[in-house]
Parts: sequence; C-alpha cells; structure tokens
Amino acid sequence: MSQSKPLIVSHHQAGRPTLKAYVSGYVSSIVLTLAAYLLVAHHLLSRQTAIAAVVGLALTQFLAQLLFFLHLGTEAKPRWKLMVFLFMVMIVFILVFGSLWIMSNLNYRMTPQQVNTYMRNQDGL
Amino acid sequence: MTKPAKAKAVPPAAEAEDTDGKSIFGFWVYLMTDCVLFASLFATYAVLHNNTFGGPSGSQLFSLPFVLTETLILLTSSFTCGLGVLSAYNGQKNKVVAWFSVTFLLGASFLAMELTEFSHLVHDGNSWTRSGFLSAFFTLVGTHGLHITIGLLWMAVLMLQVLRKGLGRATVKRLTLFSLFWHFLDLIWIFIFTIVYLLGALKI
Repeated sequence: MSQSKPLIVSHHQAGRPTLKAYVSGYVSSIVLTLAAYLLVAHHLLSRQTAIAAVVGLALTQFLAQLLFFLHLGTEAKPRWKLMVFLFMVMIVFILVFGSLWIMSNLNYRMTPQQVNTYMRNQDGL
Repeated sequence: MTKPAKAKAVPPAAEAEDTDGKSIFGFWVYLMTDCVLFASLFATYAVLHNNTFGGPSGSQLFSLPFVLTETLILLTSSFTCGLGVLSAYNGQKNKVVAWFSVTFLLGASFLAMELTEFSHLVHDGNSWTRSGFLSAFFTLVGTHGLHITIGLLWMAVLMLQVLRKGLGRATVKRLTLFSLFWHFLDLIWIFIFTIVYLLGALKI
C-alpha cells in the first residue's frame, strides 16, 4: 500500500491506454472534424452527398474515439463493456428511429387537408 | 494453497484491482445509460428541428467558425485529459496536475463559449420559449453543458485530492473514471456538432 509507483497493474494492463492511442485518436478526430467542417462551410459537395458524408465522418470519428480514447475493444474476455455498449446502440437506434418514424407517420396522417377530407367524408361536414 | 491449480492464490493487490475493474465497469454502464438520455434528447431535436413557428432556423442562427472553435477546444481537452491519465499511471504527480489544469482551462473556455452563444440567442429574443426547435436545441445543448459543468467541478475536486494525497490507488482509479466521463462528453459533442450545427447549416 505504501508503494508509490506501481498502480493499476497485471491483467488490466491489457486495457491500459498508451500515448500512441491518444495521439492517433486526437489526430484522426481533428482531421475528421475539419473535413466535415470544410465540406459544409465551403459547399464542396451537393446537398444530399454532403449530408451522407458528414454523417459518415461523424460515425467514423465516433468509432475512432471509442477505440483510442475510451479503449473499447482492448478489454480481456468476457467483453462485458462491449456487450453493454452494443445493447446501448440497439436502444438508441430504436429510440431515435422509432421516434422519427412515429412522428413522421403522425404528421403524414394528421395534415389538415386529410383531416378536412376525413371529416367531410365521415361526418358530412 | 494445497488445493488444485484452479484455486489460485489471490494476492491482496490483485483483489483490490478486481474491485477497481468492477467500479470502472459500473461507471461504464452509467455512461451507456447517459447515452440513452442523450439519444432521447437527440430524437426530440430531430422531431422538432423544423418547427420554428415562424422564427429563425438553425442555419440563420448558428455561426459555424464559432462552433468549430468550440469543438476543437473540447477535443483538445479530451486529449490532454488522456495525457493526464497516462502520467497518473506513470506516477508523475506534477505532470498529472499540469495536464489536468490544461484540461480544466480548456473545458472552462468551452463552457464560456457555449454560455456566450446562449446569452446572444436569448438576448436576440431567440430563447427556448421562441419555438419548438429552440426548446429542443436548448435542452439538448444545455444538458451537454450541464454535464461539462459537473465535469469541471469533479476535475477541481480530483486535482485537490492529487495535490493533497498524491497518486494512491484510489486517486488513480478516480482519475480513470473521470477521463472516461470527459471522453464520453466529447463523444456526445461529435453528434451535437454534426446533427445540430453541420446538418443545420445544410438545412436538412
């Protein structure tokens, strides 16, 4: 206990961060951020392509930071961190796309024009 | 000790280390649930982002160079935080304090920039009461800012601990947990930067 040097050791060594990982994470994140920014600020691509590219760059940076900063994927088996992460991704996917789907569907069905037509047909208004 | 090879002798250090591993995992689970919180706010924003109620939209309000600066500041603070943790593993107390001070200053400037943006918006009459879009915007970005604020407080407490108690096992563990939190906030910011600001500028 009174030793000052060795801290987190042995089998956690596997998941131990390295300077190389942090530098790679930092450099790749800066490059990806600037690329996304320049794409949008200087209108380098058509709108649809730009949207796809920007989302792609964000997901790449997300993965890069997960690997290099949060050290996901370096843990020893069993990979509980990875499993909780994947479960989170599933929940997030359901939450975000489910909300968008439901709300756009609602929007589609509840446009005033259709409501008017419906009421005219159903209630003879 | 006379038992078969399977029941290995567990030195106390390894046992403590196992507990550390558990708290890191527990904290990881918390971070993942926090992702779900942010996902619900992102979903709300995605649903409401066009409901401007006759008010300004994102492309009219946001300044991209300003947000890029914010992003780079936060990214750099995430990097220096990582360097701080590396120094902690190597037992270099002064370096830990130095890197975390840099991280703190960068985090504080990020927060100051965010608050400046908010106060400009509110000053121009574009507060959260203006439209559904702005309500969702302030909730999403404000929640991230609140996390940053809590992170700054946590960092200040940790630096005091390092200064007063040195780099014991418990302190290094806390620094590790904090670094996970800070990197996680940078991770969330990638999506705020992309979805709110970049896609907002593209008028999606």
